[in-house]
Amino acid sequence: MEKVLMKGNEALAEAAIRAGCKCFFGYPITPQSELPAYLAREMPKRGGVFLQAESEVAAINMVYGAAGAGVRVMTSSSSPGISLKQEGISYLCGAELPCVIVNIMRGGPGLGDIQPAQSDYFQATRGGGHGDYRTIVLAPSSVQELVDLVYDAFDLADMYRNPVLILGDGILGQMMEPVVFKERPARQLPPKDWATTGKMGRQKTNVINSLYLDPVKLEEHNLKLFKKYQEIEAKEQRYEILNGDDAEYFVVAYGICARIAHAAVEMAREDGIKVGLIRPITLWPYPKKAFEEVLPKAKAFLTVELSLGQMVEDVKLSVEGRAPVYFYGRTGGMVPTAEEIFEEIKKMRGLS
Amino acid sequence: MKVVFERPKSLQPTKTHYCPGCGHGVIHRLVAEVMDELGIQDKTIGVAPVGCAVLAYNYFDCDMQQAAHGRAPAVATGIKRALPDRVVFTYQGDGDLAAIGTAEIVHAAARGENITVIFVNNAIYGMTGGQMAPTTLVGQKTETSPYGRDPQMAGYPIRVCEMLATLDGPSFLARAELTDVKNINKAKSYIKKAFEMQLSGKGFSLVEILSPCPTNWGMKPKDAVDWVKNEMVKVFPPGVFKEPKEG
Amino acid sequence: MKMEIIMAGFGGQGIMLMGEILAHSAMLEGREVSWIPSYGPEMRGGTANCMVVISDKRIPSPIISSPDVLVAMNKPSMEKFTPMVKSGGIVILNKALIDERPARDNIKVIEVDATGIADELGNMRVANMVALGVLIGETGIVKPETVIKSIDYFLPAHRKNMMEINEKALKRGIAEVQK
Ligand SMILES: Cc1ncc(C[n+]2csc(CCOP(=O)(O)OP(=O)(O)O)c2C)c(N)n1
Ligand code: SF4
Ligand SMILES: [Mg+2]
Repeated sequence: MEKVLMKGNEALAEAAIRAGCKCFFGYPITPQSELPAYLAREMPKRGGVFLQAESEVAAINMVYGAAGAGVRVMTSSSSPGISLKQEGISYLCGAELPCVIVNIMRGGPGLGDIQPAQSDYFQATRGGGHGDYRTIVLAPSSVQELVDLVYDAFDLADMYRNPVLILGDGILGQMMEPVVFKERPARQLPPKDWATTGKMGRQKTNVINSLYLDPVKLEEHNLKLFKKYQEIEAKEQRYEILNGDDAEYFVVAYGICARIAHAAVEMAREDGIKVGLIRPITLWPYPKKAFEEVLPKAKAFLTVELSLGQMVEDVKLSVEGRAPVYFYGRTGGMVPTAEEIFEEIKKMRGLS
Repeated sequence: MKVVFERPKSLQPTKTHYCPGCGHGVIHRLVAEVMDELGIQDKTIGVAPVGCAVLAYNYFDCDMQQAAHGRAPAVATGIKRALPDRVVFTYQGDGDLAAIGTAEIVHAAARGENITVIFVNNAIYGMTGGQMAPTTLVGQKTETSPYGRDPQMAGYPIRVCEMLATLDGPSFLARAELTDVKNINKAKSYIKKAFEMQLSGKGFSLVEILSPCPTNWGMKPKDAVDWVKNEMVKVFPPGVFKEPKEG
Repeated sequence: MKMEIIMAGFGGQGIMLMGEILAHSAMLEGREVSWIPSYGPEMRGGTANCMVVISDKRIPSPIISSPDVLVAMNKPSMEKFTPMVKSGGIVILNKALIDERPARDNIKVIEVDATGIADELGNMRVANMVALGVLIGETGIVKPETVIKSIDYFLPAHRKNMMEINEKALKRGIAEVQK
């Protein structure tokens, strides 16, 4: 299979087309611009639709329409634009519409800057809009994984009839690494017999809706959603543990931050510190199983993020007080060096 | 010796970050000169957009607010309603005003909100690196219309002045081109008129200025000016679209 | 084997492409590679730079804090990145635009008149390939034939006439270290 050297943003776009994405709606924002530019070039040649919307609010509502019509659809943006999409995401979850939403995160709050950040973790994992809902959140840390997770994102969205968020950052989007677009066996997916395609001879009408005026009905609906979320939590947790076999200490990091943390872990290993890395791949559902796996031997955890401490709350919820949890983060688009993290690993060892 | 080219009082003594040949710098200067001439620097509050002019708050020597993308007319409305005796203006690009902020500009105009809007139409998204704007010409190549804007797919350019002229709210709507001295002076006279409307309580005023973006058009500054003159003007005819009747 | 390389210069000197070609040819030779352009506050100050990592194993971080090799195509780049180079590391300087030598003695400094040689070959823009030639000549990290394949891969169809001069520039660079 041919290996190509590709930028994260472009590889993501190519993977989406190959995964059968038929429509893309977006509004320009840095640092994800290569993604829509790629699709603007390729979609018309390959039977898809690329449309630049007048705003992110419009884009996410276009996604709602296309998803409701039963096609694979994607939108992408960066932090300020994702904030604007929250209303639409809430509606998509309420109406149980499958779609893929990419957030190439940048520094905030407000207009912030265009440098890499992970400060939209809360927004992504807690459901950033109104109402009782969850979105599946995937956090790749290499270009190849980005590609693989795009296919998975579309499948998961269709399997569970739920939006799937891919969280990246400016470095991942701009970085070039070798990728292989593997042929994948088509998964068994439920038919989209709910889609509003026109009755076309069908007896009953299909309706896409999130309005349930009767609270009894809405509670029923929300409980049904929560059953689905529980199933996802049970089945879809994903993570990777590196250097874990004999490890006594663990660094926890995702996305690009996990790459830097991995380098720090290797430095610490050379220094004789028995440290491993837990790399969550799903941020929701949070991979609690990874912690259960290592807790019997773990003396302490160090969470490293490009934020002032968001995922660390999930680490604490997973560890449940059974070991100390430390935190190190940089914010506003600043990125820690491996040396900085190595120092924190040494501190963790000293403290516990 | 007489100084002929002085920095207007209403501009900060800083260098701007605009590219060579960009229209934004000139337009800042025109707005600042008008503020000086009308003596309103002290009571003016400007609203900066998201776009290449996002740092306008560093350049104008008056109070400024920075708004979320497209929301400047709403922010300006808030300011004006809170402080009706101040002068309030927004400074917006075409993406900001005519795409993501269409609702805000239309409703500010419809309300006859007593603010002045400086609308910089460069037919492109400058700041994000040259994507298609709502004012991009048919056939114009951009990052997101790589084969040229195709009306079948992406529709037609929006003529903001003509569109807003159908409303009863606006008092003054005009379009100028940033090409030669004559037309730059005309742009300035429109800007002055627009602020005068606000000062006399006549309601919403907007001046659209056709402005070169050599960087994202991939042209030399001089060719960019020619493109405004030869191509943009055909689609966006300069002139006054609305003004109060005499008397 | 793992090599971390920073390439830096003015925008317009083909810095990014030089890095992409190196990463691509290492990939063709079966290595793990990563390439990232300037990011963060690094971008300010008029220099463009990219970071390339080449390894036999999975690459932990694509972000480099102490490179094995620095290719500095102008003076601001030399000043900014030389202090980061590992002791025992290599600094390749474009002599034409850098009138000083770095004040460090635990690194190997190779000066090459990349701009001059490129000019002599008839196109200043191939100075990047001269510098890349020096890099592969000195380190042997990838074979010249593979780099030539990669140059061909990156040259768009309407620029294939540039193949010959790029190849020449690369070879002149290699010859510079063998002198
Ligand atoms: C919600 C949101 N979406 C997208 C962006 C990214 N963005 C920044 S400037 C800009 C377009 C600017 O174009 P225009 O208004 O024409 O101004 P110009 O730069 O051409 O002067 C966009 C889309 C943003 N900052 N916020
Ligand atoms: S990109 Fe265009 S609009 Fe922005 S500063 Fe440069 S020339 Fe002006
Ligand atoms: Mg514009």
